[in-house]
Amino acid sequence: MILIDTLSKSFGGIKAVNQASLTIKKGSITGLIGPNGAGKTTLFNVIAGVYPPSDGHVFLEDEEVTGLPPHELFKKGVMRTFQIAQEFSSLTVRENLMMVPANQSGERLLDTWFRPARISMEEKGLTQKANEVLDFLQLRELADELAGNLSGGQKKLLELGRTMMVEPKIVFLDEVGAGVNRTLLQTIGDSILRLNQEMGYTFCMIEHDMEFISKLCEPVIVMAEGSVLAQGSASEIKANNAVIEAYLGTGQKNRKL
Amino acid sequence: MIDFLNALTLLANYIIVPGLAYGSQLALGALGVTMVYAVLRFSNFAHGELMSFGAMCTILCTWALQSFGISLTILPTALLAIPAAALITVLYCIIINYFVYEHYREKKIDTNTYFIVSIGVLFFTAGLIRLVIGPKDQNFSDGVRFILKARDFKAMTGLNEGLAIKTTQGMTVVVTLILVAFVFWFLNRTRTGKSMRAYSDNEDLALLSGINPKKVILITWIITGILATVAGALYGLDKIYKPFTFMYLVLPVFASAILGGVGNPVGAVVGGYIIAFSELIFTFAYKKFLFYILPESFSPDGLVQLLSTDYKIAVSFLILVIVLLIKPTGIFSGKTI
Ligand SMILES: Nc1ncnc2c1ncn2[C@@H]1O[C@H](COP(=O)(O)OP(=O)(O)OP(=O)(O)O)[C@@H](O)[C@H]1O
Ligand SMILES: [Mg+2]
Repeated sequence: MILIDTLSKSFGGIKAVNQASLTIKKGSITGLIGPNGAGKTTLFNVIAGVYPPSDGHVFLEDEEVTGLPPHELFKKGVMRTFQIAQEFSSLTVRENLMMVPANQSGERLLDTWFRPARISMEEKGLTQKANEVLDFLQLRELADELAGNLSGGQKKLLELGRTMMVEPKIVFLDEVGAGVNRTLLQTIGDSILRLNQEMGYTFCMIEHDMEFISKLCEPVIVMAEGSVLAQGSASEIKANNAVIEAYLGTGQKNRKL
Repeated sequence: MIDFLNALTLLANYIIVPGLAYGSQLALGALGVTMVYAVLRFSNFAHGELMSFGAMCTILCTWALQSFGISLTILPTALLAIPAAALITVLYCIIINYFVYEHYREKKIDTNTYFIVSIGVLFFTAGLIRLVIGPKDQNFSDGVRFILKARDFKAMTGLNEGLAIKTTQGMTVVVTLILVAFVFWFLNRTRTGKSMRAYSDNEDLALLSGINPKKVILITWIITGILATVAGALYGLDKIYKPFTFMYLVLPVFASAILGGVGNPVGAVVGGYIIAFSELIFTFAYKKFLFYILPESFSPDGLVQLLSTDYKIAVSFLILVIVLLIKPTGIFSGKTI
């Protein structure tokens, strides 16, 4: 599905991503873990077209998409969420969700004048879709609140909700679970599984919670210092010495807290 | 009682009516500045010249219409010319955007550079205008000059003071109302408008949500071009078209936008009227007004004018400085388009 070939990205002297090569298989939920500053978010940013890579290539289903602008990638079915939740703070929560499916007729200026019926029908469908997503995320009461007023965790949920508004081919989740309470985390995990199994979405998710990762992800890729350190099933990764040294630490019990 | 009514009429004639007209022109100008700021994130100092360009196109189109013998009888022919002129101005904006701003946007240059670039565009546009229409003043207002003549008002009411409303003043207010209502409807009700607000709110997220930045920018220039044309044409109709005044008009226009909070359309409109009324209130000679409302023994000798009209421009400058010192984000801060 996604093939990343010796991708590098430097910021001045810092090599945030350093010759990373990996593949994400269609239909998988691939986990991406690694210490802080390993370059995970930067890798996402390069794939999503936020900045061009210094070197290397990205392929989406055998088509080279290296350095395409974000809105083009969106059209090709690539979605991502942000580690630091982003929102349109002056739009309501519902409007935030309804913003996502771009390229509807309402986007075309002339249609606003000449096909108002079609637009209002689309609006209705969108509103309904947004409401379903809000129900799912238990954010329905906040639908008409300005998104800027949400709490940090609620903004994270909104991020996830955005990916549910369209049918993407692949979703990159950057720590969706961080700052979300336990029960909701459970629901989010379940919904990721369901979207994967029933709708066939492919996921690639960055997460620091090893328990969450082991439950959902197969395979798991470990990054350290900008490169791929190891790859395998969750249990293999947990047993991998290099990974233990670089990231997990020997005190596995610390994580249970 | 009669004295009081005379005093009121005096204020209406010299402050309220011209203030509403001038305020509308500033509001439209400031709205254009604010739109560019909200979406492209730079202060477009070329906006005054863009208004001048729009006014010039209106004049040329008016002449063309007049040469075909077309007129609106009682209303100025320019009203018919504005749509065509707006089209030309929009094209000009798009061309400048394509060859100048887009070039810098692709290089991801920081927004302060844009602002310097806009000064370059200012001089280019100013030069182009001198080349096309020359530096001379142009009067292009035709049709009936007054909706209400001072003489008729006096005859009607029997007051000493007259109240005159020029056709261009009435037209300015009506056209502004329609255009502002349209812009607000567009921003708040249409999807394209919402994409613009979203893009202005959070560019990164907007891009990753599939909003095409080129399209948002294109639409911003279309709206800006229309606003600038209408503002410039109305300003030229109301006073007289002087190619050089627009260089100075930029100051009150920016003062309006900043007073209201740059990037905020409601603020721009409100700011426009505040600046216009302040200029008039500060430069009005209150001698006659006081003569009406005070007992005779108190009647002042001087003009009782806070500032000479020569310092009109200083008023907006002063307000600008005060706003920047006290509340740099403007009165409607915290909310953008
Ligand atoms: N825009 C940027 N400009 C300069 N340096 C950057 C930029 N973005 C990231 N970096 C640097 O790149 C390195 C990798 O950062 P990145 O955000 O990708 O790490 P991460 O693996 O996502 O870490 P975390 O788990 O803490 O989120 C860091 O050293 C960071 O300082
Ligand atoms: Mg990160």
